[in-house]
Amino acid sequence: MQISCENLSISYEGKTVIDNLSFCVNKGDYLCIVGENGSGKSTLIKGLLSLKKASSGKIFVDSKAKIGYLPQKTPTQKDFPASVWEVVLSGTLNTKKFMPFYSRAQKKKAKDCLEKLNILDLKKACYRNLSGGQQQRVFLARALCAAEDLLLLDEPVNGLDPVAAQEFYELIKNINKSGTTIIMVTHDISHALKYGTHILHLSENDMFFGTKEEYLNSDLCKNFGGGKKL
Amino acid sequence: MIEMLSYPFMQRALIGGLFVSLCAALLGVSLVLKRYSMIGDGLSHVGFGALAIATALNTTPIFVALPIVIIFAFLLLRMSENSSIKGDAAIAIVSSGSLAVGVIIVSLTKGMNTDLNNYLFGSVLAMDLSDVILACVLSVIVILLFLLYYHKIFSVTFDETFTRAIKLKAGLYNGMIATLTAVTIVLGMKMMGALLISSLIIFPALSAMRICKTFRAVLLISAVISCVCFVLGMVLSYLYDLPAGATVVCVNMIIFFICSIFKKS
Repeated sequence: MQISCENLSISYEGKTVIDNLSFCVNKGDYLCIVGENGSGKSTLIKGLLSLKKASSGKIFVDSKAKIGYLPQKTPTQKDFPASVWEVVLSGTLNTKKFMPFYSRAQKKKAKDCLEKLNILDLKKACYRNLSGGQQQRVFLARALCAAEDLLLLDEPVNGLDPVAAQEFYELIKNINKSGTTIIMVTHDISHALKYGTHILHLSENDMFFGTKEEYLNSDLCKNFGGGKKL
Repeated sequence: MIEMLSYPFMQRALIGGLFVSLCAALLGVSLVLKRYSMIGDGLSHVGFGALAIATALNTTPIFVALPIVIIFAFLLLRMSENSSIKGDAAIAIVSSGSLAVGVIIVSLTKGMNTDLNNYLFGSVLAMDLSDVILACVLSVIVILLFLLYYHKIFSVTFDETFTRAIKLKAGLYNGMIATLTAVTIVLGMKMMGALLISSLIIFPALSAMRICKTFRAVLLISAVISCVCFVLGMVLSYLYDLPAGATVVCVNMIIFFICSIFKKS
């Protein structure tokens, strides 16, 4: 078990957004977190990364499992002058204590990650001039540099055109197949049902956690419209 | 021009100013990219208030101004991170508030009225030897820290959430940037003036961002632009008897327009 939450509650600006949530994630799982806006999906991700404190309950993260994170884009990144290489290398910063320069091992890791995602040719390109799909690949490479055990992705296909989104899903699928656990926040329920092994559905008054097959038979799924799309 | 260098006050202003320009350019890149430009502006106004208090108390201005400005740097940083208070409004309040306090103190202190202009718009004559030495020492510290933590500063500037997620102390680096900015502003204020010093932080970074594509290039070019503009501004101000601070800012402005045109073509 890599992650488990027991009776977890998290508040955001005085309001409880996650209430009494329990679920667990095992190695190699592909968990999709779905739910309406404001149901606490991103808050949960921040909780798992210990960027937000639980107001009650427990979050257990296997100390051996390193987590890579693909955050939502910020407005400041739109015109940020940075090369792809600079961005991806910054993912390796967690591997060292104190060094003013990147080591050979860090550079090799960054190069391997770029190769893995087929974007080595973009190494010297300027991040702000890339297409949305390419930018997400760069972020994915950075997340892989940080860790290969477990990836947390926060709405990674937001704003991508359907073709780019599909390519991105395939990438994630392959990374998952090579043994990396995936936890992805997504609005795209049909994708969640196609690729995910487990579903966590957050809703204001209700929640569901279980395998995809269990989810398809749940009331929450039928009300959310997931059933219709299949 | 050679004649210009023979004056001791000019030598002091040039050496001190170059160091301050270099620091301002480096820090400016991070501040501008993080959308914290206004913090630099707010801090310089706080510096004016602090300088006025120090002069009224008859103490060494820099030792009073430095801690006050550093405290406000953290305060402004906290304000802009806290979404419940509107960051830009908070900075505007602090800016005009400290300016007002400073003006009142200056007018209450006898024999200081003539200095008001110098405080607000700077003076090349303001740098004495101890100022220059302090400016050099602190600038070297700023530059060293910046170089040592360069990659972490990049990460925290580009994506703070990710930096926190990989367990780097983003707060620490934000605090470091804020402190170094405060130091730079206090050092440069006497010469450049409280109302003009923030342009030293913002202009070179903006100009470099127009023409460069990588973070490292932006930093290098920003530093070069800053130093070149400073020297050019000083020379022009000497030749045509113009106020030094304002001339440096104008040269920066011209370079910015040139860079903007260069980007379009």
